[in-house]
This record gives sequence, structure tokens and C-alpha cells, in this order.
Amino acid sequence: MPGLGETIRESQIWKSIFRHPMPVDRRNRIVVMLTNFFLHLHPVSIKKQGIALSYTWCMGGVTFFLFLVETVTGVLLMFYYRPTVQWAYTDIQMLRDVHSLGILREIHRWGAHAMVITVWLHMYRVFLTGSYKPPREFNWVVGVLLLLLTLLLSFTGYLLPWDQLAVWAITVGSNMARAHPFLGHEGPGQQLLTLGGVDMITSASDARFALLGAREVGEETLNRFYILHCIAIPLGVALLLAIHFWRVRKDGGISGPL
Amino acid sequence: MTHGLTDALFYEKVSSFLVWFYVVLAAMNGIAALYVWRTGQTKKWIGLPGGHGLGITNAVVWLLVAAAFAVCAALAGSGMSGNGAWMPSMPEAWKNFIDSNTGPVVYSLGTTVLLAALFVFRRFFTTPAVAWTILNLMLLFLGLSMTDRDFFEIVAKPDNVPIVMLILLLAFFTWLATYRAVINDDRMERGEPPLEKLDDEKVLVWPDLVYIELICMIALTAFLIFWAIALPAPLEEPANIAKTPNPSKAPWYFLGLQEMLVYFDPWMAGVVLPLLVVNGLMAIPYLDFNKQGNGYYTIKQRKFAYLTFQFGFLEIWITLIVLGTLLRGPNWNFFGPYEYWDAHKVEAADNINLSQIWWEKLLGSSLPMPPSGAGFLVQAGHILLREWLGFALTLGYFIVLPPVLALTVLKRYYQKMGLIRFMLMANLLLFMAALPIKMVLRWVFTLKYIIWIPEWFLNF
Repeated sequence: MPGLGETIRESQIWKSIFRHPMPVDRRNRIVVMLTNFFLHLHPVSIKKQGIALSYTWCMGGVTFFLFLVETVTGVLLMFYYRPTVQWAYTDIQMLRDVHSLGILREIHRWGAHAMVITVWLHMYRVFLTGSYKPPREFNWVVGVLLLLLTLLLSFTGYLLPWDQLAVWAITVGSNMARAHPFLGHEGPGQQLLTLGGVDMITSASDARFALLGAREVGEETLNRFYILHCIAIPLGVALLLAIHFWRVRKDGGISGPL
Repeated sequence: MTHGLTDALFYEKVSSFLVWFYVVLAAMNGIAALYVWRTGQTKKWIGLPGGHGLGITNAVVWLLVAAAFAVCAALAGSGMSGNGAWMPSMPEAWKNFIDSNTGPVVYSLGTTVLLAALFVFRRFFTTPAVAWTILNLMLLFLGLSMTDRDFFEIVAKPDNVPIVMLILLLAFFTWLATYRAVINDDRMERGEPPLEKLDDEKVLVWPDLVYIELICMIALTAFLIFWAIALPAPLEEPANIAKTPNPSKAPWYFLGLQEMLVYFDPWMAGVVLPLLVVNGLMAIPYLDFNKQGNGYYTIKQRKFAYLTFQFGFLEIWITLIVLGTLLRGPNWNFFGPYEYWDAHKVEAADNINLSQIWWEKLLGSSLPMPPSGAGFLVQAGHILLREWLGFALTLGYFIVLPPVLALTVLKRYYQKMGLIRFMLMANLLLFMAALPIKMVLRWVFTLKYIIWIPEWFLNF
């Protein structure tokens, strides 16, 4: 009589899902990397120094994992949160006081802070090991764009709880856009952009207005930041992540001395 | 956050944290002693008289340090009763000394000197025993300071906690990278390959890498859950556009930019310089023509790139964030780490523009202001006359200086890089250097703007 585990592993259903036998011998440890969707990002084998923590710090992987944590907790939070001035704050408060899953918001917020830090540390390691040098120049550029998107993700998420911290941090941050050269209504060069004597760049048409959707941080801003935070920027990150990982492989895997 | 707490309640609160803090420190040092002993790295540090070859080894020292931290934990626990008299604290005299002697100038110069010393004497500072001592001292400083209400208020503010973690993580990883770079530089000087070359053999990703990933994921999840339970995320009172908090701060990772607002107008500090930072970062691989140092830690083989990056990252970006987050209080005034954030603190702001220095102080005349309602050309003429010195200096800095550099100190770079790449690099470096230059000019001459054109929102 075969055991239960063996019966399951021999069943047609199991075999249809996992196209490889258990990775217990050398052959199947290679096969598993090639046939499993989640594992196929990896190479089959790797130089020993390429997985040494004292070399890699594991920060890129940690950042990716934090992105996944943020995605999962973020989707769950969206069930309980309404991005309106009337409800935003109350929903967060209720989440903390009522729902037993209130810890979701804590994890989401601290995870966001941690992600900013780990992105920096990842880039710090990549710089200090000279890993941006040929042939990996372009992947460093993709990485800088990912850094930018990470900061924007964190910045747009900052507004959503709609408390004093949120509104004033975004106000201070977005005031910069007012001074954008040419595109901000208090920026240098804006008075050159006139059409038939009428200013094109005013407080209702400048870069800050485009960011906030209004003259001041308000209902429109909340909606705009919510969409940026939950849909637009994550899609951009997902695309760039795919390119980033693909290029790691195509550029010869993790860097090391030649 | 601690507003409305009586002293007794405050000591209870901080005590319940400090007990665990010191217990962790004691455990850390105990493990260090065990590690040194078990791996056969015991060294005699202090010989005892008597000539029996007896002495105090490093393992014993770390064990004693662990014991001292255990005593600290017990003493910190005394605060549970609501009385902080026995809790290990920074002496009042030291606190006053630190508060009264720190300011933006001391802070900026101090961090510069400190980082420079750490770099120059990196061989000494990265020695594991020295680095471990520094880590202990950093954490001890944190523990001793936490009993101060004003210090606690700033450091334990939930959104500032990541900064404290950032400082500790950066200290650790900078140590690790420098430690390995020093070893590699020594090895390569002897003609040996870097450490990274030693583990050249290949291993299978399953199980060697996937298990590391799995363990990292579990550890990180546990850490996040612990953090989320131990420290509630901040939620202040509901948004109120009519009530401006003082100070109003951007999220912490942008506070380096907000700090630059002290020296530059928003169009520079908030738009131009950040865009240059992003573009400059992206340009690095195309400007760095040095083929050495690809895939291993080294400092000697790429000193220029290393120093430039560290100057921009640790010396400017990180120190300004720490300054902006922890030491800037109401009205963006500087406050010492133990100073009460008094919203009524007044600081003299008698900054002066370069054109004022030229026309009013040196020539004793008044500024040539354009008449109101003047046409564009008349206005431009007046402005050009008024700000000619600032224009001359700025154009000289950005246009004359790069070719001069190309022909003198950076000749080798110019020859290797060609005209366009060199000019791009030179201008990026000059923009980066513009911040410290402006800071020094402010401190020495109380200079506000080099070019002052309020008519066009163009102040520089």
C-alpha cells in the first residue's frame, strides 16, 4: 500500500500542476528550476559568492518581498477604505479600533517605510560593488526609475489616512511644484508662457494643479493620489520590475569579479 | 506623543522599552563573547601582573560589557515605579553642553570631519573589535538619551523610528562594505584575487538559494508583524486645512530636500536639484569609465567614484535627512537633541543678497531697481546691471570652470571621457558642490542669494 503522500503525488491532479518530481536528486533540482513558473526567474546554478549574504546583503530580494507584502496588504485595505474626505479618516480609525485585522494597516505603513530604506541599501550595495558597470548599465537606470516610483508610491500613500500628518506633508511636498520653472505659477519663466496677453500658467493650470487636481489639497487630490497609489504607479513598478529581473539574468546574473 | 503624561507615567513608558533594549544589548555582547571564544579568536588584551601568562581576553571584556548592560537593564527597570532617579541617563551637564554647542554649522562640519576621519582611518575603524565598540557606544548613547523627554519626543515619534533604523543599518552596512574593501585592497596589492573570487564554484539554486529566500521571507514577515504589534502606525487628528502644524514637514525621505530650502528657493531645492539627482544617478554608469572594481568591494581601485558617491549619499543626502527630521523644530529652527521645541524661539535672520553687498555696502548707493510698469527690455537692463556680479560668478562657475578643470586637475578624465561626457560630469559635480558652497557662504557672509530677481521668481 502506498502512503497518502505518495498517492497524492502520483495522482493526475498533482502531476498536472507540478510538472516535475520532488527535487530530491540533482537531476530534479535542475528540472524544478526550469519547469516551475515561480522559480524560473532564477538560474539553475549560481556561483557560491553570488549568494553570500556578506556580498549581496539580500536587499534587492527583501525590497521585492516588501513590494509583495505591500500589494497583498494594500488590496485587503482597499476593502475597508473609501477615498473620500467624509470617510477616509473614519475608515482608518475603524480599521484600527474595530477590525481584528487592524494590524494590516500597521504592516502596510511600516512595510512602506522599510521598503524605502531597503531600496537605498540595495542601491548602496550595487554602487559599492561597482555592479552598475558594463554590461549592467541599463539595469542600473531601470533601478533608479524603480527608486523614483518607490518614493512616489510612499508619497501618494502618505495622504490616504487623511490626518494632519498626511495633509500637511503632501501640502509641503506639493508646494514645490508651484515653483517649477516654466510650469509652476510661482516658478521662474512662467511669465514667458502667455497667449495673446493671457497667462497660460496660473494657480489653476500649473504643475501643482495637475498633481493635486485642485488649488489646495482636497477631495480631488485624495481621489487622484488614491488612483496613483493603488493602480497607476504599481502597474509601472510591475513592468519595470519584470524588466529589472529579466535584465539581471540577461546581463549575466549577479555581478562578481571576472 | 508624551504630552499630557505626568513624569511618572513617562518614566513607566520609557522604562518598559529600555529594559528590553538593555537586555538585547547584554545578549548581543554575550553572544559576541561566546562567538569569539568558540571560534578560537580569543586574544589577550590586558596582561595581568604575576607572569603566569594570565590576562583579560576580548571574550572576557565583552562578557563584562554584557554584565554592565544587564545591570543597566535592572536599573532602567526601576523606572517602572514612576521614579526615574536610578535610570541610567545622560548627565544634565553633558546634555546642556551638547544643546548649547550644536547648530547647523557645528552639525554639518562635525559630520564632515567625522566621515572624513572614518574614511582616512578606515583600516582602524573597521577592525571588528573597534567597530563593535562603536556600535555599543551608539546604542548606549541612544539608551542614555531616551530618558530625556525632549529627546524621546523626537526619536520615538512613530514616523521618525525608520530614521533611527536607517542610521543603524547604514552604519552596519557601511562598516561591512568598508571592511571587505580594506581586505580586498590589501589582497590585490599583494597580487591575490579579491575575496569574491574565492567562492568561484557553482552551487545549485535549489536548495542553496531558494532556502535562503524562504528563510529571509519568514524572518522578515515575523519582523514586520512584531513591529506592527509593538508600535502602532501614526494617526493624528483628522485633516484640517485651517490649522497649520508648526513645523510642517514633508515625509522623512524628502526632508533633505526640505532642508535645502534653507539655502535655495523652491524651484532649485524642490525641482531642479532633485531632477539632477535622479538624472545624475542614471548617468553614473555612462560617466564612470573605470573598468576596475566590477563585482567586488574595493575603495583604492575606484577612489574618485567612491568618494563622489559617498559625498552625495552619506554626507549630503543622509545627514540632511537626519538634520531635517530630528533637529529641525518649529519655524524650521535648529534645536539640540535635548532641547524643548519652543515655537517662540527667535533666530536672527538678517541675510543679505550679493547685489546688496555690492551696491549698498561697497558702493554706498541704492539698488538700481526697474521702474514699475517698465517694458521687458528696460526691466531686463536694470536687473542685469543690478545683479551683474551674481551673473558673472554663476556663469563663471558653470561655464568657465569646467574647461579650466579639463585643462588642469581633471585633465586625465577629460582625455578619457571626451568633451560631452566630461562637460556633463563636470556640471553634475558643480551642481552637487553648489549646496555646500551656498551653505558656507551663508554661514560666513550671511549671504542669501547670489542672484536676486524677485520680479521673475528667479533667485539663486
